[in-house]
Amino acid sequence: MEEEVKLHGFWPSPFSHRVIWALKLKGVKYDYIEEDFPNKSQLLLQYNPVHKKIPVLVHRGKPIAESLIILEYIEETWPEHPLLPKDAYERALARFWIKYGEEKGLAIWKLYRTTGEEFEKAMKESLEILRNLEEHALGEKKFFSGERIGIVDIAFGWIAHWLGVIEDLIGVKLLEADSFPRLHAWIKNFKEESIIKENLPDCGKVFAHLKRRREMWLASP
Amino acid sequence: MEEVKLHGTWPSPFSYRVKWALQLKGIAYEYIEQDTSNKSPLLLQLNPVYKKSPILVHGGKPICESLVILEYIEETWPENPLLPTDPYDKAIARFWAKFADDKGAMMWTMLGTTGEEHEKAIKDILESLRTIEEHALAEKKFFCGEKIGITDFAFVGIVYWLEVIEEILGLKLLEAESFPRLHAWIKTFKEEPIIKENLPDKEKTFAHLKRRREREILLASS
Repeated sequence: MEEEVKLHGFWPSPFSHRVIWALKLKGVKYDYIEEDFPNKSQLLLQYNPVHKKIPVLVHRGKPIAESLIILEYIEETWPEHPLLPKDAYERALARFWIKYGEEKGLAIWKLYRTTGEEFEKAMKESLEILRNLEEHALGEKKFFSGERIGIVDIAFGWIAHWLGVIEDLIGVKLLEADSFPRLHAWIKNFKEESIIKENLPDCGKVFAHLKRRREMWLASP
Repeated sequence: MEEVKLHGTWPSPFSYRVKWALQLKGIAYEYIEQDTSNKSPLLLQLNPVYKKSPILVHGGKPICESLVILEYIEETWPENPLLPTDPYDKAIARFWAKFADDKGAMMWTMLGTTGEEHEKAIKDILESLRTIEEHALAEKKFFCGEKIGITDFAFVGIVYWLEVIEEILGLKLLEAESFPRLHAWIKTFKEEPIIKENLPDKEKTFAHLKRRREREILLASS
């Protein structure tokens, strides 16, 4: 059977990019289908009736939704250039940090669409999260996954590129180089990897996109 | 074999998920009860990030977060598998386990609130139950087929506790006529010996959650 791989994504989405990075790192050929938000295609709604969101990976006609679940699927289906460690304990640690990032990262995304007390609360939480990543998740390693980029780096890739845009939008710098030297070094290393460098959305365009969304959020009651 | 310890909290569904997995795979372990109102230094040392249980400690190494622990157990002790072997089926199993985790939080919001927030939580829960009924449970015995697995554990953790919360609030959300598939699945899981023999006492749980509701509402109003 043909190894048909399709990815339904949205150009400014860090979640789409996780899947792009994983597929490219493993050399998996795929067709990319740009979803025109907010006009979601019928196909997307059919593939992801539960959440109606991208990314959706379709392999041999079968859809998988949720970026982190897609990453695990990619890892199992195309084992070359592994993104997860071999050791079960190391894998558990990787999954732990991915879950942490997913759960707590929501506070950082709140920053661009809140004001007042809610914003202050999100700021406090965001700094705490970055502190945990700096000290416990990254430590002395080059990448979250060790010497090479792995699934945890891919999961946190949004911090390397999208966080900067959020900082510009709100006019506040969270990731100061002196306070977070390790995370700063990681961002530099991450973005120097050719697969990542060649597959990042234009910052200016992302800024404009998030600015429009921010205005919508702040305008709604 | 290396020593296996489980730090858990008796009223917590997350602790039970891990217990069921260990029991199903016949893994000998030591259970240590953790008092969340009075966290031990050991708990804080084993889980400095979340400061919560369950924590599985295998050969001295701690693993936190119940679904992460379940994946670890599955990989370390492959007998009596809890996940399908086919990568696509595995992805679907994980998708629904994540759904259970994400949406299950609403149950606690419903328990601890009144007014608008409470009504919204009820609405969200009904919507989630509808999604599960229509999309997750096909005509299978369990979520992933003929045998109980991780996805079932994730959902039992919602449904059993939801039943207690319904009693406390005097509500019935999981009506049999509205959710026939879910009801059939509930009946099935309650007959599974591993689950049946490892559920917290309903009355104790009722008392505990009732106190929790009173505490949270008081806190919110102060």
